[in-house]
Amino acid sequence: MHQEYTVVEGDFVNAGKASSSVKKTLKQLNVNPQVVKRVVVALYEAEVNAIAHAYGGKVSVDIDSDKIRMVVADKGPGIPDIALAMQEGYSTARPEVRDMGFGAGMGLPNMQKNVDKLNVTSEVGVGTTVEMEVNFNT
Amino acid sequence: MFYHALQVDEPRCIGCSRCMKTCPTEAIRIYGGKASIQEHRCIDCGKCYEVCPAQAIAIKDDDFESIHNYPHSVALLPAVFMGQFPDEISVSRVYATLQELGFAHVMEVESAAMIYADAKNKYALSHADRYPLISSFCPAIVRLIQIKYPSLTENVMPIKVPLDLSAMYAVAELQRRGVPREEIGLFYITPCAAKIAAVKAPVGEERSLIDGVINMNLLYNRVYKHIKDMGKNHQYPPQSRQRLSADAILSTLTNGERRICAAKRSYAIDGIQNVMDFLDKLENEEVEGVQFLELRACDQSCAGALLSCDNRFLCGERMYARARKAAERERNGEMPRDREMDKYKEYLIENSLVDEVEPRSMMVLDTDISKALEKMEKIERMKVHLPQIDCGVCGAPTCEAFATDVVCQRADLHRCVFYRIHLEQTGKMQLAEGAANMMRVWGKDRINGDIEM
Repeated sequence: MHQEYTVVEGDFVNAGKASSSVKKTLKQLNVNPQVVKRVVVALYEAEVNAIAHAYGGKVSVDIDSDKIRMVVADKGPGIPDIALAMQEGYSTARPEVRDMGFGAGMGLPNMQKNVDKLNVTSEVGVGTTVEMEVNFNT
Repeated sequence: MFYHALQVDEPRCIGCSRCMKTCPTEAIRIYGGKASIQEHRCIDCGKCYEVCPAQAIAIKDDDFESIHNYPHSVALLPAVFMGQFPDEISVSRVYATLQELGFAHVMEVESAAMIYADAKNKYALSHADRYPLISSFCPAIVRLIQIKYPSLTENVMPIKVPLDLSAMYAVAELQRRGVPREEIGLFYITPCAAKIAAVKAPVGEERSLIDGVINMNLLYNRVYKHIKDMGKNHQYPPQSRQRLSADAILSTLTNGERRICAAKRSYAIDGIQNVMDFLDKLENEEVEGVQFLELRACDQSCAGALLSCDNRFLCGERMYARARKAAERERNGEMPRDREMDKYKEYLIENSLVDEVEPRSMMVLDTDISKALEKMEKIERMKVHLPQIDCGVCGAPTCEAFATDVVCQRADLHRCVFYRIHLEQTGKMQLAEGAANMMRVWGKDRINGDIEM
Protein backbone atom coordinates (compact mmCIF):
# COMPACT_ATOMS: atom_id res chain seq x y z
CA MET A 1 0.00 0.00 0.00
CA HIS A 2 1.33 3.40 -0.99
CA GLN A 3 0.62 6.81 0.53
CA GLU A 4 2.00 10.25 -0.27
CA TYR A 5 2.00 13.52 1.62
CA THR A 6 3.31 16.98 0.82
CA VAL A 7 5.26 18.96 3.39
CA VAL A 8 5.29 22.75 3.10
CA GLU A 9 8.25 24.88 4.17
CA GLY A 10 7.75 26.67 7.46
CA ASP A 11 4.31 25.11 8.03
CA PHE A 12 4.89 23.98 11.61
CA VAL A 13 1.15 24.11 12.22
CA ASN A 14 0.74 21.03 10.08
CA ALA A 15 3.82 19.17 11.28
CA GLY A 16 2.77 15.64 12.14
CA LYS A 17 -0.06 15.31 9.61
CA ALA A 18 1.75 12.55 7.72
CA SER A 19 2.84 10.71 10.84
CA SER A 20 -0.67 10.88 12.34
CA SER A 21 -2.19 9.46 9.19
CA VAL A 22 0.40 6.67 9.04
CA LYS A 23 -0.28 5.95 12.70
CA LYS A 24 -3.97 5.41 12.04
CA THR A 25 -3.18 3.09 9.15
CA LEU A 26 -0.77 0.97 11.19
CA LYS A 27 -3.25 0.66 14.02
CA GLN A 28 -5.83 -0.69 11.60
CA LEU A 29 -3.26 -3.20 10.38
CA ASN A 30 -2.81 -4.53 13.93
CA VAL A 31 0.87 -3.58 14.03
CA ASN A 32 2.35 -3.85 17.52
CA PRO A 33 1.67 -0.54 19.36
CA GLN A 34 5.32 -0.13 20.37
CA VAL A 35 6.40 -0.53 16.73
CA VAL A 36 3.77 2.02 15.68
CA LYS A 37 5.20 4.43 18.21
CA ARG A 38 8.72 4.08 16.76
CA VAL A 39 7.46 4.66 13.21
CA VAL A 40 5.48 7.72 14.23
CA VAL A 41 8.31 9.30 16.21
CA ALA A 42 10.83 8.80 13.38
CA LEU A 43 8.51 10.07 10.68
CA TYR A 44 7.51 13.07 12.75
CA GLU A 45 11.16 14.04 13.18
CA ALA A 46 11.74 13.73 9.45
CA GLU A 47 8.65 15.83 8.70
CA VAL A 48 9.79 18.56 11.08
CA ASN A 49 13.24 18.55 9.46
CA ALA A 50 11.79 19.10 6.02
CA ILE A 51 9.63 21.92 7.39
CA ALA A 52 12.35 23.59 9.45
CA HIS A 53 15.47 23.23 7.32
CA ALA A 54 14.31 22.80 3.75
CA TYR A 55 11.91 24.38 1.32
CA GLY A 56 9.34 21.66 1.81
CA GLY A 57 9.23 18.20 0.35
CA LYS A 58 7.41 14.97 -0.16
CA VAL A 59 6.74 12.04 2.14
CA SER A 60 6.08 8.70 0.53
CA VAL A 61 5.17 5.64 2.50
CA ASP A 62 5.02 2.03 1.41
CA ILE A 63 3.54 -0.56 3.67
CA ASP A 64 3.61 -4.27 3.13
CA SER A 65 2.91 -7.18 5.42
CA ASP A 66 6.23 -7.17 7.24
CA LYS A 67 7.63 -3.65 7.08
CA ILE A 68 7.08 0.01 6.40
CA ARG A 69 9.37 2.07 4.18
CA MET A 70 9.30 5.84 4.45
CA VAL A 71 11.08 8.28 2.18
CA VAL A 72 11.15 11.97 3.04
CA ALA A 73 12.69 13.92 0.18
CA ASP A 74 13.16 17.67 0.48
CA LYS A 75 14.38 20.44 -1.72
CA GLY A 76 16.72 22.42 0.43
CA PRO A 77 20.22 23.47 1.39
CA GLY A 78 21.38 19.90 1.91
CA ILE A 79 23.64 18.59 4.68
CA PRO A 80 27.39 19.15 4.11
CA ASP A 81 28.56 16.67 6.78
CA ILE A 82 26.04 13.89 7.44
CA ALA A 83 28.17 12.20 10.13
CA LEU A 84 28.23 15.47 12.09
CA ALA A 85 24.49 15.96 11.65
CA MET A 86 23.90 12.49 13.10
CA GLN A 87 25.45 13.55 16.42
CA GLU A 88 23.07 14.33 19.27
CA GLY A 89 22.77 18.03 19.97
CA TYR A 90 24.30 19.18 16.68
CA SER A 91 21.93 21.67 15.11
CA THR A 92 21.96 24.32 12.43
CA ALA A 93 18.42 25.49 13.20
CA ARG A 94 17.77 29.21 13.08
CA PRO A 95 17.00 30.93 16.41
CA GLU A 96 13.36 31.50 15.45
CA VAL A 97 12.93 27.77 14.81
CA ARG A 98 14.51 26.97 18.18
CA ASP A 99 12.12 29.42 19.83
CA MET A 100 9.26 27.27 18.59
CA GLY A 101 10.69 24.29 20.44
CA PHE A 102 12.27 22.65 17.43
CA GLY A 103 15.89 22.34 16.36
CA ALA A 104 17.41 20.74 19.45
CA GLY A 105 19.72 18.64 17.36
CA MET A 106 17.89 15.43 18.20
CA GLY A 107 16.14 14.87 14.87
CA LEU A 108 18.44 12.52 13.00
CA PRO A 109 19.69 10.73 16.14
CA ASN A 110 16.06 10.16 17.17
CA MET A 111 15.26 8.71 13.75
CA GLN A 112 18.31 6.45 14.00
CA LYS A 113 17.14 5.23 17.42
CA ASN A 114 13.66 4.32 16.25
CA VAL A 115 14.09 2.69 12.85
CA ASP A 116 15.71 -0.53 11.71
CA LYS A 117 17.32 1.00 8.63
CA LEU A 118 18.23 4.63 8.01
CA ASN A 119 19.86 6.03 4.93
CA VAL A 120 20.50 9.75 4.51
CA THR A 121 21.70 11.10 1.19
CA SER A 122 22.23 14.76 0.55
CA GLU A 123 23.57 17.13 -2.00
CA VAL A 124 24.46 20.64 -0.88
CA GLY A 125 22.24 23.19 -2.56
CA VAL A 126 19.85 20.55 -3.90
CA GLY A 127 18.22 18.67 -1.07
CA THR A 128 18.19 15.77 1.34
CA THR A 129 16.52 12.39 1.16
CA VAL A 130 15.89 10.37 4.30
CA GLU A 131 14.98 6.73 3.76
CA MET A 132 13.77 4.75 6.75
CA GLU A 133 12.57 1.21 7.28
CA VAL A 134 10.89 -0.37 10.24
CA ASN A 135 10.20 -4.10 10.45
CA PHE A 136 6.89 -5.09 12.00
CA ASN A 137 8.11 -8.34 13.50
CA THR A 138 10.94 -7.61 15.87
CA MET B 1 -18.03 -10.49 24.98
CA PHE B 2 -17.62 -7.05 26.62
CA TYR B 3 -19.98 -5.99 29.36
CA HIS B 4 -21.70 -2.68 28.82
CA ALA B 5 -23.90 -0.65 31.11
CA LEU B 6 -25.69 1.02 28.20
CA GLN B 7 -28.14 -0.68 25.88
CA VAL B 8 -30.68 0.37 23.31
CA ASP B 9 -34.26 -0.01 24.49
CA GLU B 10 -35.58 -1.05 21.07
CA PRO B 11 -39.30 -0.38 21.50
CA ARG B 12 -38.49 3.17 22.56
CA CYS B 13 -35.84 3.84 19.91
CA ILE B 14 -37.17 6.10 17.14
CA GLY B 15 -34.10 5.62 14.94
CA CYS B 16 -33.31 9.33 14.81
CA SER B 17 -29.52 8.70 14.61
CA ARG B 18 -28.55 11.47 17.03
CA CYS B 19 -26.64 8.92 19.11
CA MET B 20 -24.85 7.61 16.02
CA LYS B 21 -23.62 11.08 15.15
CA THR B 22 -22.49 11.96 18.65
CA CYS B 23 -20.72 8.73 19.64
CA PRO B 24 -17.01 9.57 20.05
CA THR B 25 -15.86 6.06 19.12
CA GLU B 26 -18.29 5.57 16.20
CA ALA B 27 -19.84 2.60 17.97
CA ILE B 28 -23.44 3.11 16.82
CA ARG B 29 -25.17 2.06 13.61
CA ILE B 30 -28.79 2.28 12.48
CA TYR B 31 -30.49 -0.71 10.93
CA GLY B 32 -34.17 -1.64 10.70
CA GLY B 33 -35.04 1.81 12.01
CA LYS B 34 -33.24 1.17 15.32
CA ALA B 35 -29.89 2.06 16.79
CA SER B 36 -27.50 -0.67 17.79
CA ILE B 37 -24.28 -0.43 19.76
CA GLN B 38 -21.16 -2.27 18.59
CA GLU B 39 -19.82 -3.88 21.75
CA HIS B 40 -16.15 -3.80 20.90
CA ARG B 41 -16.19 -0.03 20.29
CA CYS B 42 -18.40 1.18 23.15
CA ILE B 43 -16.62 2.74 26.15
CA ASP B 44 -19.78 3.42 28.20
CA CYS B 45 -19.20 7.19 28.14
CA GLY B 46 -22.94 7.80 27.79
CA LYS B 47 -22.87 10.54 25.17
CA CYS B 48 -25.66 8.62 23.41
CA TYR B 49 -27.74 8.70 26.58
CA GLU B 50 -27.36 12.47 26.79
CA VAL B 51 -28.58 13.20 23.27
CA CYS B 52 -31.34 10.61 22.98
CA PRO B 53 -34.69 12.43 22.67
CA ALA B 54 -36.70 9.26 23.37
CA GLN B 55 -34.99 7.94 26.52
CA ALA B 56 -34.17 4.87 24.49
CA ILE B 57 -30.68 4.37 25.90
CA ALA B 58 -31.15 2.31 29.03
CA ILE B 59 -28.70 2.10 31.88
CA LYS B 60 -28.35 -1.33 33.45
CA ASP B 61 -28.43 -0.43 37.12
CA ASP B 62 -29.53 -2.58 40.05
CA ASP B 63 -32.82 -2.51 41.94
CA PHE B 64 -32.83 -0.27 45.01
CA GLU B 65 -34.82 -2.85 46.98
CA SER B 66 -31.91 -5.28 46.91
CA ILE B 67 -30.29 -3.24 49.69
CA HIS B 68 -32.74 -4.92 52.06
CA ASN B 69 -31.12 -8.30 51.38
CA TYR B 70 -28.23 -7.32 53.61
CA PRO B 71 -28.43 -6.47 57.35
CA HIS B 72 -25.36 -4.27 56.83
CA SER B 73 -26.09 -2.44 53.62
CA VAL B 74 -23.53 0.29 52.89
CA ALA B 75 -24.30 3.27 50.65
CA LEU B 76 -21.09 4.33 48.92
CA LEU B 77 -21.82 7.84 47.68
CA PRO B 78 -19.90 10.00 45.25
CA ALA B 79 -19.41 13.53 46.59
CA VAL B 80 -21.22 14.88 43.51
CA PHE B 81 -24.39 13.35 44.96
CA MET B 82 -24.33 16.02 47.68
CA GLY B 83 -23.75 18.63 44.99
CA GLN B 84 -27.19 17.88 43.54
CA PHE B 85 -29.17 19.18 46.51
CA PRO B 86 -30.26 22.78 46.99
CA ASP B 87 -28.44 24.72 49.72
CA GLU B 88 -31.17 24.27 52.35
CA ILE B 89 -30.66 20.50 52.36
CA SER B 90 -27.51 19.81 54.36
CA VAL B 91 -25.08 16.96 53.92
CA SER B 92 -26.10 15.63 57.36
CA ARG B 93 -29.74 15.62 56.28
CA VAL B 94 -28.89 13.54 53.20
CA TYR B 95 -26.91 11.05 55.29
CA ALA B 96 -29.77 10.72 57.78
CA THR B 97 -32.34 10.31 55.02
CA LEU B 98 -30.34 7.50 53.43
CA GLN B 99 -30.39 5.71 56.78
CA GLU B 100 -34.14 6.16 57.03
CA LEU B 101 -34.48 4.76 53.52
CA GLY B 102 -32.81 1.56 54.68
CA PHE B 103 -29.06 1.85 54.44
CA ALA B 104 -27.32 0.64 57.60
CA HIS B 105 -24.17 2.63 56.82
CA VAL B 106 -23.43 5.62 54.64
CA MET B 107 -20.06 6.85 53.47
CA GLU B 108 -18.67 8.97 50.67
CA VAL B 109 -16.15 7.22 48.43
CA GLU B 110 -13.98 10.35 48.47
CA SER B 111 -13.06 9.35 52.03
CA ALA B 112 -10.42 7.32 50.22
CA ALA B 113 -9.36 10.13 47.88
CA MET B 114 -6.20 10.99 49.82
CA ILE B 115 -5.17 7.36 50.11
CA TYR B 116 -5.71 7.05 46.35
CA ALA B 117 -3.48 10.11 45.86
CA ASP B 118 -0.79 8.56 48.08
CA ALA B 119 -0.99 5.25 46.20
CA LYS B 120 -0.55 7.09 42.89
CA ASN B 121 2.39 9.14 44.17
CA LYS B 122 4.04 5.98 45.49
CA TYR B 123 3.54 4.24 42.14
CA ALA B 124 4.91 7.28 40.29
CA LEU B 125 8.15 7.16 42.29
CA SER B 126 9.02 3.69 41.02
CA HIS B 127 7.63 4.08 37.48
CA ALA B 128 9.42 7.11 36.05
CA ASP B 129 10.06 5.04 32.91
CA ARG B 130 6.33 5.11 32.21
CA TYR B 131 5.77 8.86 32.32
CA PRO B 132 3.35 10.39 31.64
CA LEU B 133 1.27 8.36 34.04
CA ILE B 134 -2.44 8.49 33.37
CA SER B 135 -4.96 8.41 36.21
CA SER B 136 -7.12 5.31 36.47
CA PHE B 137 -9.98 7.38 37.91
CA CYS B 138 -12.35 7.71 34.94
CA PRO B 139 -13.41 4.27 33.64
CA ALA B 140 -14.61 5.68 30.29
CA ILE B 141 -11.11 7.06 29.73
CA VAL B 142 -9.46 3.74 30.65
CA ARG B 143 -11.68 2.02 28.09
CA LEU B 144 -11.04 4.73 25.49
CA ILE B 145 -7.30 4.14 25.83
CA GLN B 146 -7.76 0.38 25.56
CA ILE B 147 -9.64 0.57 22.28
CA LYS B 148 -8.22 3.65 20.60
CA TYR B 149 -4.77 4.28 22.07
CA PRO B 150 -3.36 0.79 22.63
CA SER B 151 0.21 2.09 22.81
CA LEU B 152 -0.72 4.13 25.89
CA THR B 153 -2.24 1.33 28.00
CA GLU B 154 1.00 0.93 29.92
CA ASN B 155 0.83 4.59 30.94
CA VAL B 156 -2.43 3.99 32.81
CA MET B 157 -1.72 3.51 36.51
CA PRO B 158 -3.09 0.09 37.51
CA ILE B 159 -4.39 1.39 40.81
CA LYS B 160 -7.73 0.92 42.52
CA VAL B 161 -9.91 4.01 42.48
CA PRO B 162 -11.42 5.63 45.61
CA LEU B 163 -14.63 3.63 45.13
CA ASP B 164 -12.78 0.30 45.44
CA LEU B 165 -10.54 1.53 48.24
CA SER B 166 -13.50 2.77 50.26
CA ALA B 167 -15.29 -0.54 49.65
CA MET B 168 -12.23 -2.40 50.98
CA TYR B 169 -12.20 -0.10 53.99
CA ALA B 170 -15.92 -0.64 54.67
CA VAL B 171 -15.51 -4.42 54.59
CA ALA B 172 -12.39 -4.38 56.78
CA GLU B 173 -13.93 -2.03 59.34
CA LEU B 174 -17.26 -3.87 59.56
CA GLN B 175 -15.49 -7.22 59.85
CA ARG B 176 -13.36 -5.79 62.63
CA ARG B 177 -16.63 -4.97 64.41
CA GLY B 178 -17.61 -8.63 64.02
CA VAL B 179 -19.97 -8.44 61.04
CA PRO B 180 -19.66 -11.47 58.73
CA ARG B 181 -18.92 -10.65 55.08
CA GLU B 182 -22.17 -12.19 53.81
CA GLU B 183 -24.14 -9.70 55.88
CA ILE B 184 -22.39 -6.77 54.25
CA GLY B 185 -23.91 -5.39 51.05
CA LEU B 186 -21.91 -2.68 49.29
CA PHE B 187 -23.95 -0.38 47.05
CA TYR B 188 -22.39 2.27 44.90
CA ILE B 189 -24.55 5.22 43.96
CA THR B 190 -23.34 5.89 40.45
CA PRO B 191 -23.21 9.22 38.65
CA CYS B 192 -22.47 7.56 35.29
CA ALA B 193 -22.68 4.45 33.15
CA ALA B 194 -18.95 3.88 32.90
CA LYS B 195 -18.73 3.31 36.65
CA ILE B 196 -21.36 0.57 36.33
CA ALA B 197 -19.28 -1.13 33.66
CA ALA B 198 -16.23 -0.69 35.92
CA VAL B 199 -18.03 -2.50 38.75
CA LYS B 200 -19.61 -5.26 36.66
CA ALA B 201 -16.57 -5.87 34.45
CA PRO B 202 -13.53 -4.29 36.11
CA VAL B 203 -10.34 -3.75 34.12
CA GLY B 204 -7.38 -5.49 35.78
CA GLU B 205 -9.42 -7.42 38.32
CA GLU B 206 -11.48 -10.62 38.41
CA ARG B 207 -14.44 -9.07 40.15
CA SER B 208 -15.35 -6.02 42.14
CA LEU B 209 -16.23 -6.00 45.84
CA ILE B 210 -19.35 -3.97 45.08
CA ASP B 211 -22.63 -5.92 45.35
CA GLY B 212 -24.89 -3.50 43.52
CA VAL B 213 -24.97 -0.21 41.65
CA ILE B 214 -27.81 2.24 42.11
CA ASN B 215 -28.67 5.02 39.69
CA MET B 216 -27.90 8.41 41.25
CA ASN B 217 -30.95 10.03 39.63
CA LEU B 218 -33.30 7.47 41.12
CA LEU B 219 -31.79 7.82 44.56
CA TYR B 220 -31.89 11.61 44.32
CA ASN B 221 -35.63 11.43 43.68
CA ARG B 222 -36.18 9.11 46.64
CA VAL B 223 -34.11 11.19 49.03
CA TYR B 224 -35.61 14.48 47.91
CA LYS B 225 -39.16 13.13 48.15
CA HIS B 226 -38.53 11.65 51.60
CA ILE B 227 -37.21 14.97 52.90
CA LYS B 228 -40.23 16.84 51.46
CA ASP B 229 -42.68 14.21 52.77
CA MET B 230 -41.23 14.25 56.27
CA GLY B 231 -41.50 18.01 56.55
CA LYS B 232 -39.53 20.45 58.68
CA ASN B 233 -40.39 19.03 62.09
CA HIS B 234 -39.27 15.47 61.44
CA GLN B 235 -36.75 14.09 63.93
CA TYR B 236 -33.98 12.43 61.96
CA PRO B 237 -31.88 9.75 63.65
CA PRO B 238 -28.62 10.97 65.12
CA GLN B 239 -25.70 9.92 62.99
CA SER B 240 -22.00 10.40 63.08
CA ARG B 241 -20.99 11.21 59.57
CA GLN B 242 -17.62 11.24 57.91
CA ARG B 243 -16.24 14.68 57.36
CA LEU B 244 -14.31 15.00 54.13
CA SER B 245 -11.28 17.21 53.69
CA ALA B 246 -11.44 20.01 51.14
CA ASP B 247 -8.98 18.14 48.91
CA ALA B 248 -11.13 15.02 49.04
CA ILE B 249 -14.34 16.90 48.17
CA LEU B 250 -12.71 18.52 45.14
CA SER B 251 -10.95 15.36 43.95
CA THR B 252 -13.68 14.32 41.52
CA LEU B 253 -13.89 17.72 39.87
CA THR B 254 -11.56 18.83 37.08
CA ASN B 255 -8.09 19.54 38.47
CA GLY B 256 -9.03 17.67 41.65
CA GLU B 257 -6.34 15.03 41.26
CA ARG B 258 -3.86 17.28 39.54
CA ARG B 259 -3.77 19.89 42.29
CA ILE B 260 -2.70 17.34 44.89
CA CYS B 261 -0.38 15.16 42.79
CA ALA B 262 3.37 15.29 43.25
CA ALA B 263 4.16 15.61 39.53
CA LYS B 264 6.27 18.51 38.26
CA ARG B 265 4.32 18.93 35.05
CA SER B 266 0.78 17.68 34.69
CA TYR B 267 -2.42 18.40 32.83
CA ALA B 268 -6.08 18.04 33.75
CA ILE B 269 -8.28 17.56 30.71
CA ASP B 270 -12.05 17.10 30.70
CA GLY B 271 -14.46 16.39 27.87
CA ILE B 272 -13.89 13.35 25.72
CA GLN B 273 -13.08 15.25 22.53
CA ASN B 274 -10.47 17.33 24.37
CA VAL B 275 -8.99 14.14 25.77
CA MET B 276 -8.80 12.52 22.34
CA ASP B 277 -7.13 15.59 20.81
CA PHE B 278 -4.52 15.49 23.54
CA LEU B 279 -3.93 11.73 23.38
CA ASP B 280 -3.40 11.97 19.62
CA LYS B 281 -0.55 14.39 20.27
CA LEU B 282 0.78 12.38 23.16
CA GLU B 283 0.85 9.20 21.12
CA ASN B 284 3.04 10.95 18.54
CA GLU B 285 5.36 12.00 21.36
CA GLU B 286 4.68 15.62 20.48
CA VAL B 287 4.19 16.44 24.16
CA GLU B 288 7.30 16.21 26.28
CA GLY B 289 8.16 16.25 29.95
CA VAL B 290 4.66 15.42 31.23
CA GLN B 291 4.56 13.31 34.36
CA PHE B 292 0.87 13.01 35.17
CA LEU B 293 -2.42 13.27 33.32
CA GLU B 294 -5.85 13.60 34.87
CA LEU B 295 -8.29 12.76 32.08
CA ARG B 296 -12.06 12.80 32.47
CA ALA B 297 -14.69 11.92 29.88
CA CYS B 298 -17.26 14.43 31.05
CA ASP B 299 -17.12 18.21 30.73
CA GLN B 300 -16.55 19.49 34.31
CA SER B 301 -15.72 15.90 35.29
CA CYS B 302 -18.20 14.14 37.58
CA ALA B 303 -20.23 17.32 38.17
CA GLY B 304 -21.18 16.96 34.51
CA ALA B 305 -21.76 13.21 34.69
CA LEU B 306 -24.64 11.53 32.94
CA LEU B 307 -26.73 11.00 36.05
CA SER B 308 -25.90 14.31 37.64
CA CYS B 309 -29.39 15.78 37.48
CA ASP B 310 -28.54 19.40 38.15
CA ASN B 311 -26.52 21.73 35.95
CA ARG B 312 -22.80 20.86 36.06
CA PHE B 313 -21.74 24.36 37.09
CA LEU B 314 -24.35 24.64 39.86
CA CYS B 315 -23.29 21.24 41.17
CA GLY B 316 -19.61 22.17 40.92
CA GLU B 317 -20.07 25.42 42.83
CA ARG B 318 -21.95 23.66 45.64
CA MET B 319 -19.00 21.33 45.95
CA TYR B 320 -16.61 24.25 46.04
CA ALA B 321 -18.74 25.89 48.74
CA ARG B 322 -18.58 22.71 50.80
CA ALA B 323 -14.83 22.46 50.25
CA ARG B 324 -14.36 26.06 51.40
CA LYS B 325 -16.18 25.22 54.64
CA ALA B 326 -14.06 22.12 55.11
CA ALA B 327 -10.89 24.12 54.48
CA GLU B 328 -11.94 26.60 57.14
CA ARG B 329 -12.48 23.79 59.64
CA GLU B 330 -9.06 22.43 58.75
CA ARG B 331 -7.51 25.86 59.34
CA ASN B 332 -9.23 26.01 62.72
CA GLY B 333 -7.54 22.79 63.68
CA GLU B 334 -10.57 20.49 63.50
CA MET B 335 -9.25 17.36 61.84
CA PRO B 336 -11.43 16.10 59.03
CA ARG B 337 -12.92 12.75 59.90
CA ASP B 338 -11.72 10.99 56.75
CA ARG B 339 -8.34 10.72 58.47
CA GLU B 340 -9.99 7.82 60.37
CA MET B 341 -9.36 5.74 57.34
CA ASP B 342 -5.63 6.31 57.89
CA LYS B 343 -5.72 3.38 60.32
CA TYR B 344 -6.15 1.23 57.22
CA LYS B 345 -3.86 3.26 55.01
CA GLU B 346 -1.03 0.77 54.81
CA TYR B 347 -3.39 -2.13 54.19
CA LEU B 348 -5.24 -0.21 51.48
CA ILE B 349 -2.13 1.01 49.67
CA GLU B 350 -0.58 -2.45 49.80
CA ASN B 351 -3.69 -3.86 48.14
CA SER B 352 -4.29 -1.03 45.73
CA LEU B 353 -2.56 -2.51 42.69
CA VAL B 354 -4.55 -4.28 40.00
CA ASP B 355 -3.36 -6.01 36.81
CA GLU B 356 -1.94 -3.96 33.96
CA VAL B 357 -4.48 -2.43 31.58
CA GLU B 358 -4.54 -4.50 28.38
CA PRO B 359 -5.07 -3.03 24.92
CA ARG B 360 -8.11 -4.25 22.98
CA SER B 361 -7.95 -2.21 19.83
CA MET B 362 -11.18 -1.61 17.95
CA MET B 363 -9.34 -0.33 14.93
CA VAL B 364 -7.85 -3.59 13.70
CA LEU B 365 -9.24 -4.56 10.28
CA ASP B 366 -7.91 -8.10 10.41
CA THR B 367 -5.49 -9.93 12.68
CA ASP B 368 -3.71 -11.18 9.55
CA ILE B 369 -1.74 -8.22 8.27
CA SER B 370 -1.88 -9.20 4.57
CA LYS B 371 -5.67 -9.46 4.78
CA ALA B 372 -5.81 -6.18 6.68
CA LEU B 373 -3.75 -4.50 3.95
CA GLU B 374 -6.08 -5.86 1.27
CA LYS B 375 -9.09 -4.53 3.17
CA MET B 376 -7.48 -1.17 3.66
CA GLU B 377 -6.76 -0.80 -0.04
CA LYS B 378 -10.39 -1.67 -0.80
CA ILE B 379 -11.57 0.93 1.70
CA GLU B 380 -9.33 3.58 0.14
CA ARG B 381 -10.67 2.80 -3.34
CA MET B 382 -14.26 2.81 -2.15
CA LYS B 383 -13.88 6.09 -0.25
CA VAL B 384 -13.06 7.94 -3.46
CA HIS B 385 -16.52 7.08 -4.82
CA LEU B 386 -18.47 7.79 -1.65
CA PRO B 387 -19.86 11.34 -1.31
CA GLN B 388 -17.65 12.23 1.71
CA ILE B 389 -20.35 14.33 3.32
CA ASP B 390 -21.03 11.95 6.20
CA CYS B 391 -24.80 12.28 5.78
CA GLY B 392 -25.41 9.10 7.75
CA VAL B 393 -28.25 7.91 5.50
CA CYS B 394 -26.45 4.57 5.11
CA GLY B 395 -26.84 4.04 8.86
CA ALA B 396 -23.14 4.62 9.61
CA PRO B 397 -21.72 7.83 11.09
CA THR B 398 -19.20 8.64 8.35
CA CYS B 399 -18.40 7.60 4.80
CA GLU B 400 -15.18 6.09 6.09
CA ALA B 401 -16.95 4.07 8.79
CA PHE B 402 -19.40 2.89 6.14
CA ALA B 403 -16.63 1.84 3.75
CA THR B 404 -15.01 -0.08 6.59
CA ASP B 405 -18.33 -1.77 7.41
CA VAL B 406 -18.81 -2.75 3.76
CA VAL B 407 -15.30 -4.17 3.38
CA CYS B 408 -15.62 -6.06 6.67
CA GLN B 409 -18.98 -7.39 5.43
CA ARG B 410 -21.04 -5.72 8.10
CA ALA B 411 -22.98 -3.57 5.60
CA ASP B 412 -24.17 -3.66 2.02
CA LEU B 413 -22.86 -0.99 -0.38
CA HIS B 414 -26.44 -0.39 -1.59
CA ARG B 415 -27.16 1.40 1.67
CA CYS B 416 -25.39 4.50 0.26
CA VAL B 417 -28.11 6.75 -1.15
CA PHE B 418 -25.68 8.44 -3.56
CA TYR B 419 -24.58 5.12 -4.97
CA ARG B 420 -28.22 4.06 -5.37
CA ILE B 421 -29.09 7.22 -7.29
CA HIS B 422 -26.12 6.51 -9.55
CA LEU B 423 -27.44 2.98 -10.13
CA GLU B 424 -30.94 4.26 -10.78
CA GLN B 425 -29.72 6.89 -13.22
CA THR B 426 -27.76 4.34 -15.16
CA GLY B 427 -30.69 1.96 -15.22
CA LYS B 428 -29.00 -0.63 -13.01
CA MET B 429 -31.51 -0.37 -10.20
CA GLN B 430 -35.29 0.10 -10.08
CA LEU B 431 -36.82 2.80 -7.89
CA ALA B 432 -38.68 0.18 -5.86
CA GLU B 433 -35.45 -1.60 -5.07
CA GLY B 434 -33.85 1.66 -3.96
CA ALA B 435 -36.80 2.38 -1.68
CA ALA B 436 -36.58 -1.13 -0.23
CA ASN B 437 -32.93 -0.49 0.60
CA MET B 438 -33.82 2.75 2.32
CA MET B 439 -36.46 1.00 4.40
CA ARG B 440 -34.05 -1.75 5.42
CA VAL B 441 -31.91 0.85 7.16
CA TRP B 442 -34.54 3.27 8.43
CA GLY B 443 -37.61 1.05 8.91
CA LYS B 444 -40.78 0.53 6.92
CA ASP B 445 -42.56 3.65 8.04
CA ARG B 446 -39.97 6.27 7.24
CA ILE B 447 -41.03 6.86 3.63
CA ASN B 448 -44.64 7.53 4.37
CA GLY B 449 -46.07 10.84 3.40
CA ASP B 450 -46.67 13.62 1.01
CA ILE B 451 -44.52 16.34 2.59
CA GLU B 452 -45.60 19.11 0.19
CA MET B 453 -48.50 21.09 1.54
